Amino acid sequence: MAAEKSPVLFERTSALTDKVTNYCPGCLHGITQRLVAESLDRLGLADTAVGVSPVGCAVIAYEFYSCDMVQAAHGRAPAVATGLKRARPENTIFTYQGDGDLASIGMAETIHAATRGENITVIFINNAIYGMTGGQMAPTTLPGQITQTSPYGRDVKAAGNPIRVCELLSSLDGVALAQRVTVDTPSNVRKAAKAIRKGFEYQREGLGFSIIEVLSSCPTNWGMTPYKALEWLRENMIPYYPPGVYKDVKAGE
Amino acid sequence: MAKVTVDIEYCKGCGLCVDFCPEGIMQMDNDVITQKGYHPAHCVDLDKCTLCLNCATMCPDVAIRIER
Repeated sequence: MAAEKSPVLFERTSALTDKVTNYCPGCLHGITQRLVAESLDRLGLADTAVGVSPVGCAVIAYEFYSCDMVQAAHGRAPAVATGLKRARPENTIFTYQGDGDLASIGMAETIHAATRGENITVIFINNAIYGMTGGQMAPTTLPGQITQTSPYGRDVKAAGNPIRVCELLSSLDGVALAQRVTVDTPSNVRKAAKAIRKGFEYQREGLGFSIIEVLSSCPTNWGMTPYKALEWLRENMIPYYPPGVYKDVKAGE
Repeated sequence: MAKVTVDIEYCKGCGLCVDFCPEGIMQMDNDVITQKGYHPAHCVDLDKCTLCLNCATMCPDVAIRIER
């Protein structure tokens, strides 16, 4: 009698390609990217989804997702996604952007796509630094944080204060879901997976703009080991950027 | 018995699976060097694996496959 086939508890989703990512060892981009791919797979959207990759570490994300992808100019992913969604409303459209892309050069596109209530899902990776270009200060860099361009720590008098994107967008009427999650522990990864799925479900129901902000680490540019970077994230980023649901149009139901 | 397979083509040796394994059975394999030049992770004692999936959940490179 043939032995019973062992059930697989965890394996690579088919919504990801076989390519090895360009992310540094221990970068949480990889986890978030997996969660997005698994969410699409689980909701049965993996074949019809179209993603928009940003400029930044995730610039070649089109190599890693099995679904169709478009690569947008720096910060313009929500504008490209708007066009895609209006032309192909039956497809699920998502953008995958970092903080330099979404909160700096792309802030206008982000805010206007949100206030128009474009029916797209934005996955926003916040690691408080420009990763790909070598660790410069980003709009989300914490006060006092040392980066390549703030070697004495971010001085809020000269460089301004960090932007809390979820809080900012939560005041706009077009936003259906604004939620901040982290992926620093296995339980938080599961919560993040749920939030990302919710974003795609809201888009499927046509509720409007959904943004999931994922607090992430940058071990290379923060100059820490991957595990130490997670501790730094918990100690410094979470108090400034508290995870939670900032807007949910279905919250009252 | 559990089966934990690390695909060394994907593993970049970040060690997050080692840090998050509650049983302490994930370790870096210092005898192996991957094509990218990293020491990959491996499971040293499958009998102790509780199938909590922490290693696979925290693996940024989706290199770990777990079977019952």
